[in-house]
Amino acid sequence: MRPFLLVATMVAGTALTRFLPFVVFRRSTPDYVSYLGRVLPSAIIAMLVVYCLREVAWASAPFGLPELLATACVVALQAWRRNSLLSILVGTLAYMLLIRL
Amino acid sequence: MRLRAMKLAFAKSLPVMAGYVVLGTGFGILLRSAGYGVWWAAAMGVFVYAGSLQYVGVGLLAGGAGILTTALTTLMVNARHLFYGISMVDRYKDAGPYKPYLIFALTDETYSLLCDGLVPEGVDPHLYRFLVSLFDQSYWVAGCVLGSLAGAVIPFSTEGIEFSMTALFVASFTERWLTERNHLPALVGLGCSVACLAAFGPESFLIPTMVLITAVLTILRGRMGETP
Repeated sequence: MRPFLLVATMVAGTALTRFLPFVVFRRSTPDYVSYLGRVLPSAIIAMLVVYCLREVAWASAPFGLPELLATACVVALQAWRRNSLLSILVGTLAYMLLIRL
Repeated sequence: MRLRAMKLAFAKSLPVMAGYVVLGTGFGILLRSAGYGVWWAAAMGVFVYAGSLQYVGVGLLAGGAGILTTALTTLMVNARHLFYGISMVDRYKDAGPYKPYLIFALTDETYSLLCDGLVPEGVDPHLYRFLVSLFDQSYWVAGCVLGSLAGAVIPFSTEGIEFSMTALFVASFTERWLTERNHLPALVGLGCSVACLAAFGPESFLIPTMVLITAVLTILRGRMGETP
């Protein structure tokens, strides 16, 4: 019984965090919230990048070099070809190769 | 018309496929090793559908956590969803029958695909976003099930493939940087995240980061002008 209740709690809690903003701003969106809606995405994507790299040990060998080089590879490819799938594919393969060197 | 929307949505969702299948597989393996089989993996992939929480959830299930602990952990781990919601309120407002699912399925990755607001011409935007969200979840559920069923017998080393998630966000960041005129929000996000990571450490910096980002963007509201 306990596992069911725990999973149900996770389902309900997750749904709450996702639906709450839409319930609160159901009728009209205050200017301030619209403003946040416009500026938050870029800031959040930046946060998610940092979040993904949070465990990298910059102070000890290999000093985060695989992550740094693979990230640079994704940025360069994206700027050059503007093709996300290509950037992600090549960047990931580069990383997998770098950590095996 | 619908077929075209499907093709375009599939193409848009492709960058998420590898990451979701791999991370979902990792979750399936972990959950099985904690004593919960394929139906549990599938049910959590379908109904919880939140990557980091599902990983944490394995520990909660295995460790005998109580309901209150589980509820608080869920809210903490998923608090960032509130911010995704706030930035999608206007966009999902008129999505009609698609709206509940669009909101339910707003994960980190789906958000990063849809937050630019771009929709191919001649396609119903709500149907398009619905299909992108649905494709993403199907990869995730497939991964969860795969991991639970076959995880232990994957014949080659996939170490490092989890970098595809990092690459997805880096590509998304770069693309936004190249298209937006005002880089201030991106720089605020970057600066606040690094500062909070240094101050609070990798385990607990997300929530302070989001509070700080919101505070700084609020202060800057007057000078942001028409953004982005």
